[in-house]
Amino acid sequence: MTPFLELKRISKSYPGVLANDAVDLSVEAGEIHALVGENGAGKSTLMRILYGLEHADRGEILLEGSPVHIPNPNTAISLGIGMVHQHFQLIPPLTVAENVALGLEPTHHGFIERAALIERVDQLSRQFGLEVDPTQRVQDLSVGIRQRVEILKLLYREARLLILDEPSAVLTPQEVESLFEVIQRLAAEGRTTVFITHKLREVMAICQRATILRRGRVVDVLHVAETSPAEIARLMVGNDVEPIRRQGESQPAARELHLDSLSALDDRGLPALSDVSLSVFGGEIVGLAGVAGNGQQELLEVLIGLRKLVAGEIWLGETHCTELPGRQRRELGLAIIPEDRKLEGLSDALNIWENLVSTRYYRPPHSHHGYLHIGRIQNDAADLMNQFDVRASGPNIQLGTLSGGNAQKAVIARELASQPRALIAAQPTRGLDVGAARYVHEQLLALRAAGLAILLISADLDELLSLSDRFLTLFEGRIVGELSAAEASRTKLGLLMAGQDLEEAALAGREKEMAIPE
Amino acid sequence: MEALELLTNLLASTLRLATPLLLTAMACLLSYQVGLINIAVEGLMLSGCFIAVVAGAQIGYAWGGVLLACIVGAAMGALFALFVTTLRADLIVTGLAMNFFVLGTTAYLLQILFGVYGSYTPGDLKSLPIWRIPVLSEIPFLGKAFFQHPPLIYVSWLAIPLTAILLYRTRAGLHIRAVGVNEEAARTAGISVTRIRYLALTLGGLLCGLGGAHLAVGELALFRENMTGGRGFIGLAAVYFAAGRPFLAALACLLFGFFEALQFRLQTTVSIPYQFFQMLPYLMVVIMMVLISVRENLRRGRGGI
Repeated sequence: MTPFLELKRISKSYPGVLANDAVDLSVEAGEIHALVGENGAGKSTLMRILYGLEHADRGEILLEGSPVHIPNPNTAISLGIGMVHQHFQLIPPLTVAENVALGLEPTHHGFIERAALIERVDQLSRQFGLEVDPTQRVQDLSVGIRQRVEILKLLYREARLLILDEPSAVLTPQEVESLFEVIQRLAAEGRTTVFITHKLREVMAICQRATILRRGRVVDVLHVAETSPAEIARLMVGNDVEPIRRQGESQPAARELHLDSLSALDDRGLPALSDVSLSVFGGEIVGLAGVAGNGQQELLEVLIGLRKLVAGEIWLGETHCTELPGRQRRELGLAIIPEDRKLEGLSDALNIWENLVSTRYYRPPHSHHGYLHIGRIQNDAADLMNQFDVRASGPNIQLGTLSGGNAQKAVIARELASQPRALIAAQPTRGLDVGAARYVHEQLLALRAAGLAILLISADLDELLSLSDRFLTLFEGRIVGELSAAEASRTKLGLLMAGQDLEEAALAGREKEMAIPE
Repeated sequence: MEALELLTNLLASTLRLATPLLLTAMACLLSYQVGLINIAVEGLMLSGCFIAVVAGAQIGYAWGGVLLACIVGAAMGALFALFVTTLRADLIVTGLAMNFFVLGTTAYLLQILFGVYGSYTPGDLKSLPIWRIPVLSEIPFLGKAFFQHPPLIYVSWLAIPLTAILLYRTRAGLHIRAVGVNEEAARTAGISVTRIRYLALTLGGLLCGLGGAHLAVGELALFRENMTGGRGFIGLAAVYFAAGRPFLAALACLLFGFFEALQFRLQTTVSIPYQFFQMLPYLMVVIMMVLISVRENLRRGRGGI
């Protein structure tokens, strides 16, 4: 039988990178096919080529046996190819119906037929059990519902091939479950799915076959039923990976960071943090779990001093620093690895040494009376680069040329250069490959052993579970549920992240029902 | 009675002075909604002034000038779109350059074509006629304030709901708004971002041409160097003040029109140098923009200033 989709020897290079190197991919009709690989393995590039957003340098695409040319998304759509992007491609101020139909609205003399549009979207949403109100504005919807809007978009366009690019990255475990149900229903209907992910649990849960990419090349194609997560992981990374684990009990020392009843507003003036209290002691890692958008960004901004508090106090050690500006908080021993290193952590346009000294340049020994001692700063920067394994030919290189992993190492080097007492690490391994992520995890554990107080803000349950001594969960701006390392499990954290009450859930016996395949 | 007379006159001149602002504001609104800052409006408008007078004088009818001003305005809008979308030139620098280009070119053409400096009044060109709306214009006071105006004033009133309908009820409008909020999302939905930007900027150019035509032949029939005098920028400010909402932007234009009308009155009645009053509408712009920013910051929980 002819495969539904075939990609043959697709190659694509960007300046300095070979993103896809003669990649073959074959997907049967009605199959859920996993495309797995680390960040930067070339998964997204391959799918962007298939969707017409990028153009292959070489290679060919066959749909149901016949070669097709896809110069733009419009052609892809008309061929029945639809894609849900990792970053949702929605227009928040528009309604669900408008977003779903965008580009293909029913019109009469150029005027949109609103009633017909809403009717159609409502009908689709019910047919597939998506339960989305077509008249709501997308900006008022949760992330999980927004993703359903993306799927509705594909169904509205009558897509026969669905490309899902890391669809679970922003969802709670429970939302992932219902996403899987939707995908399986679509597959049962005969629609074909390419599922891009680097989470092996998901591959095992719903996919029939997996194509594994490493550094732009296909390393293997496996039947999921005949393989194991360990084998896929080994193929993805290229060697055996041993999961990292925190060793020994923490030896809590003095309280280094204390937040007392913090409340703050978000950019729209709505409450983003309500009554957030927590303490972190020297020598422990406190994991703050939560799906992005539940107040993490605002908490970080409040701690740095970028956002005003409506109420509450911030203490560093014995010093009350609610009213102190960011620079003085840093001088008191606060260090921060921000969530978005490109936006808030580093300046791409500056050199490495300038970035490394950007929190300390204003005082001796780096400067005197406003005059910078460049030689001294550059020497220190070179030392830091050695110490933290930032790979570049020297400190005089523009920071923007570093890879994600090296850039993150630079952030860590700078933050630790001031010998802090408390470190806030927000999504410290987001977008890093396995090797770089492992380095960051090792660093965090080394700092814990050295007596630092660490607050780890993350949505990655694996990361949280392998590093943290205690767990708190942030849901809709509140701290819900505290768990010790012994109590914590994937399921419990998942329920808390979704705003469920653990006791109620246990009573209703839902814990079992909602269990995520481990 | 005399006070009422004064008020009527003030209202009437507010509406007349607000007209070019309304038209450029609607042009700026389209580019705002499509995600581009169109600072070329000033130049587009000035070219409309020039064409309206020159072409009007050649053809012999002011209406001919208005039509050509619209066509040239639209063409200039499309040219701007070519620079900033297809050729990816910087939006601000290109806009500024177009403004200065039009300013210089019109002054230069005035000299080589007509041998005059500063201003040009073709002897045989009559301004557009006053349209008295039947019945309505007979109403005491209100009739004079609202219904005895040059035709383009009524056109400018129509332009506001038409812009709103275009943006919020039509497919093209939906695409304009979609592109303005998230270009990438619009592209993945299969919308041609470039085509939508051309559409918004070309339509905007047409509206600017119309606004310029009103300035030039709406009431007087003359061209003066730099006769737009920053009105395009005021239209732009009105749109930012209104955060892209058509009716609120129109209201802001009326407010600016009122201040301009007021300063004309005060110039003749008060002994303070008239430049002080000329400054007032622009002072209003600065105050308004600061107020908006303060409100925005308060809303975001980042303190007043």
